[in-house]
Amino acid sequence: MKLVEHFQYGLNSPICLTWELTYACNLACVHCLSSSGRRDPRELTTAEAKAVIDELQRMQVFYVNIGGGEPTVRPDFWELVDYAVTHDVGVKFSTNGIKLDEARAAQLAATDYVDVQISLDGATPEVNDHVRGPGSYATAIRALENLAAAGFGKPKISVVVTRQNVDQLDEFKAIADRFGAQLRITRLRPSGRGADVWDELHPTAEQQRQLYDWLVAHGEDVLTGDSFFHLSAYGEALPGLNLCGAGRVVCLIDPVGDVYACPFAIHENFLAGNVRSPGGFEAVWRTSELFAELRRPQTGGACRSCGFYDSCQGGCMAAKFFTGLPLDGPDPECVRGLGEQALAARGPDTVIPKSDVDHSRSAPRNSRGPVPVTIGMRPDRACDENPLAGLKVPVAGR
Amino acid sequence: MSTDGPVFNPELPHRCSPQVALRPEPFGALVYHFGTRRLSFLKTPQLVEVVSGLERHPSVHAAIEAAGVEEAQRPAYLRALAGLAANGTIEERP
Repeated sequence: MKLVEHFQYGLNSPICLTWELTYACNLACVHCLSSSGRRDPRELTTAEAKAVIDELQRMQVFYVNIGGGEPTVRPDFWELVDYAVTHDVGVKFSTNGIKLDEARAAQLAATDYVDVQISLDGATPEVNDHVRGPGSYATAIRALENLAAAGFGKPKISVVVTRQNVDQLDEFKAIADRFGAQLRITRLRPSGRGADVWDELHPTAEQQRQLYDWLVAHGEDVLTGDSFFHLSAYGEALPGLNLCGAGRVVCLIDPVGDVYACPFAIHENFLAGNVRSPGGFEAVWRTSELFAELRRPQTGGACRSCGFYDSCQGGCMAAKFFTGLPLDGPDPECVRGLGEQALAARGPDTVIPKSDVDHSRSAPRNSRGPVPVTIGMRPDRACDENPLAGLKVPVAGR
Repeated sequence: MSTDGPVFNPELPHRCSPQVALRPEPFGALVYHFGTRRLSFLKTPQLVEVVSGLERHPSVHAAIEAAGVEEAQRPAYLRALAGLAANGTIEERP
């Protein structure tokens, strides 16, 4: 049996684990996978997070990808990073750069086993800030400057490829080279708030081809987090495992300890358990029914008879799910255009699933859990005592 | 191919690098090198046995024999072990 086939049946421990430490974020990126913004009051405490690290060490999970939200806004962030690296759990953390001042950059440069990944979704402020918010380009560049000045070796620049920045790939590479950084390009997913902008921002069919050719030309030089395996059907496979690792070799621990099959699948259908439950993370990874199901051989469904199935494996589960497509059919960005046809064939009765986990600053608080009581006639201002203030009374005749 | 470091000599005593951790998996083992942060794989349980047995044997050949590797497989195992020596997973034992 080939190695990749073994991976399909799952491993004793994940190879690569994403751990989102907080839903709090100073930015409000339009495509945020986790719909982050506000901290969740149920987030893991410092002690609980350390207990998770102890468990990862026991399970020999050699490194974690820490993200959020913006993980560095957690007051205990640096303490947790130190705790992880001294317990044989290497850390790569994703940040928008907000906390990476000169002092932090110097501290990071002196630490082994820590990788830093700065998010940048445009090679120019106009393109980046349109998606990530005003000032976010300058923040990211300042962080990269601080890291370079401190002598931090090879940070990563992580780019979500969109319709607007796909023509900037060479410019991103130039920015990475300028800062001695490694470029990482990943796929825009219709997850979290990404669902709201996916139609507008996901690369066109022509751009997918352009992206694939660019990635092939740059080979192992550019990281992809294995996120474009659906494009392997164009020809040669891109570097990586070329398989959906959800629940098999990867998973996500979210800020409240919920374990999902992958970072792009924050939805109750992909919720395997919680690290706070008896047996902790290990029990979730090894015994959850959802993960057992994901590790069973997949049939390929509607894609079974397609000659490209061996290379693309039907694409990304989350991309299908959050666009309302069947999980055993083509990826919405199927290189043969079958996904586009499937999207066009969605009827008015197609239910497009939406995550019930939303910490956007515009969303109601605690969107999961008890239904919050809504006070419909709250006065406009605290000092306004007229209970009818602000009440929109239907006016006859309009 | 890199020309750095000593040439792999299976007559000499070896060991798994102290910077390396092996994690048993159904296919064999996952190898993590804490120095280079590279992840690699030992693709058969027998190769895992050879690698983890290295430090108990006077040579790489002896470790291969002790793990019961078939004679016909020896060249393939030696090639795999030379690769592991080149990437720092195993090293000569002082």
